[in-house]
Amino acid sequence: MDLFEYQARDLFEKHGVPVLQGIVATTPEEAKAAAEKIGGVTVVKAQVKVGGRGKAGGVKVAKTPEEAYQYAQQILGMDIKGHTVHRVMIAQGADIAEEYYFSLLLDRANRSYLAMCSVEGGMDIETLAAERPEALAKVEVNPQEGITPAKAAEIVEAAGFAADLREDVAAVLVKLGEVYRQEDATLVEVNPLVRTGDGQILALDGKVSLDDNADFRQPEHEALVDKSAENPLEAKAKAHDLNYVKLDGQVGIVGNGAGLVMSTLDVVAYAGERHGNVKPANFLDIGGGASAEVMAAGLDIILNDEQVKSVFVNVFGGITSCDAVATGIVKALEILGDKATKPLVVRLDGNNVEEGRRILSEANHPLVHQAATMDSGADKAAELAHTA
Amino acid sequence: MSIFLNKDSKVIVQGITGGEGSKHTARMLAAGTQIVGGVNARKVGTTVTHQDAEGREVELKVFGTVAEAVAETGADVSIVFVPPAFTKAAVIEAIDAEVPLVVVITEGVPVGDTAEFWAYAKSKVDAEGKQITRIIGPNCPGIITPGESLVGITPANITGKGKIGLVSKSGTLTYQMMFELRDIGFTTAIGIGGDPIIGTTHIDALEAFEADPETEAIVMIGEIGGDAEERAAEFIKAHVTKPVVGYVAGFTAPEGKTMGHAGAIVSGSSGTAQAKKEALEAAGVKVGKTPSEAAQLMREIFSQK
Repeated sequence: MDLFEYQARDLFEKHGVPVLQGIVATTPEEAKAAAEKIGGVTVVKAQVKVGGRGKAGGVKVAKTPEEAYQYAQQILGMDIKGHTVHRVMIAQGADIAEEYYFSLLLDRANRSYLAMCSVEGGMDIETLAAERPEALAKVEVNPQEGITPAKAAEIVEAAGFAADLREDVAAVLVKLGEVYRQEDATLVEVNPLVRTGDGQILALDGKVSLDDNADFRQPEHEALVDKSAENPLEAKAKAHDLNYVKLDGQVGIVGNGAGLVMSTLDVVAYAGERHGNVKPANFLDIGGGASAEVMAAGLDIILNDEQVKSVFVNVFGGITSCDAVATGIVKALEILGDKATKPLVVRLDGNNVEEGRRILSEANHPLVHQAATMDSGADKAAELAHTA
Repeated sequence: MSIFLNKDSKVIVQGITGGEGSKHTARMLAAGTQIVGGVNARKVGTTVTHQDAEGREVELKVFGTVAEAVAETGADVSIVFVPPAFTKAAVIEAIDAEVPLVVVITEGVPVGDTAEFWAYAKSKVDAEGKQITRIIGPNCPGIITPGESLVGITPANITGKGKIGLVSKSGTLTYQMMFELRDIGFTTAIGIGGDPIIGTTHIDALEAFEADPETEAIVMIGEIGGDAEERAAEFIKAHVTKPVVGYVAGFTAPEGKTMGHAGAIVSGSSGTAQAKKEALEAAGVKVGKTPSEAAQLMREIFSQK
């Protein structure tokens, strides 16, 4: 899960990373009140999970609370690269003397953590990495140790900080390392990290991604989920512990195993090219178990997607046996009753497939079509979606 | 021959008394795997009983630690079924016991935990500086050398021994591909898992298959996210002489949406299926658009032999 800037700021504060005051607001009135509370010059910052908001006019310096009100009015509701602004953060103004860059992230290729740091902050880091790679220090961080004081010293030295600044910056990096490990983050980025006129080191803007797999030991992360951005069907699927992603298409997909479902989306999209360009409507992995209840919950979600015209159930029975899946489909259709109105193409293969196919044939449900292979099933489902 | 696993491998199960551990211990025994014991500190001193491939009852001791289990049974493989919250400790215990191969099936392990146990595994080397413990997974279906041994959750009856080596991030796509190519059969099939950090990579498996005399061709299945397939392509170009057929899942996946596996996400221009396909093709790999097309490409390779 990617966090909003204000959420990252709050996490930083919790772990003792120096930040400025920041208050989130969803209306111009709240923005004005926040600016009054903070006092002095404030910055009104659009809260969107996408870069480039400054260029898009989503960041404005307000000299007075009235200006904060006006800017909030302009920025709230603005569209930034397809993201609607629902919140702004009113941040205390800073007297910036210098801007730096720091990030700590998961390094997939090296199966480790990587710290990146530069004394040239503020700009887009991809641009810096491409144009002046020598200005961006890259230092491996041992996942078992995190950012120790010694590691922080190594990073600030590699980045080329002036000697009199190193100790202060290193202390902040140690704290940011704590944010990363204690919050189960996969990215902690500060851009810019700044030195103020009076010599303070501050994290002015932060980006944090958290690992959903760690939710079981991070109960506070639940509150950080942006419910307003959640697709209602995705929220419903989550409540059933189903792995569902809504896409823009007409053929509903149910399968078992992430790889096979991804592959099914592709095969349906290729079949769609022959049938009016219909596309897969979702990703739905019902996992290994595939009980009748899980199948019913999955089909219910897909059939509630108004875009869906047909459904392709593609299951390779590995551990799951096909007769259990077939029984699940038959029972699911019973449970759904009149709510099931769209044709269902079912391809079963693998463990106990003959029995699975027999169960479906015997049930002889008018909506169910059986397919012998993944390719022919995808073709049939695409055809049905096109002609519906 | 095979890679990493054969009929002589002696296997212990960490989490042998749990639901998944118990179910798959029975399946692995039925597939011919030499399971020699299990570990659960809270059930130490008890035994569990399952049937082997011939239907004989096998009584397995439950040990308190991996070290004890290894000392008494001579196990050289451990399979981990413990829940995510305890996976890191379980793997570190196996590394400390110097188990040569640890297969981590558990899904949903925090990636920071995986990064930590991987860093630990990397730090444990023998006199020649070689890493002592190989890790497969986490979040993977494990490894099967058909007709010899299964350490994982792959159905053992899809196909038998043959000439193809298979490496894949995905479990069900592994099954699908084994099913498509069941007439040719497999030396070893490895599911390396779909997490952002994994212990055994495509490259590790490719290197081992290249060195295995019985493996005549290799199927490599990838999916969106990261750049493991691109790096594998570079490795193939430089080091693999055997024919390789590739398949990549997720051509239609939109940017920024995680497709089931924690690692399967297209971010910006990186991690797309198209980029992976192009990289593989540039390395001389024949890449199928669908699993059936990839299987067809493999069949053509064998028909020309």
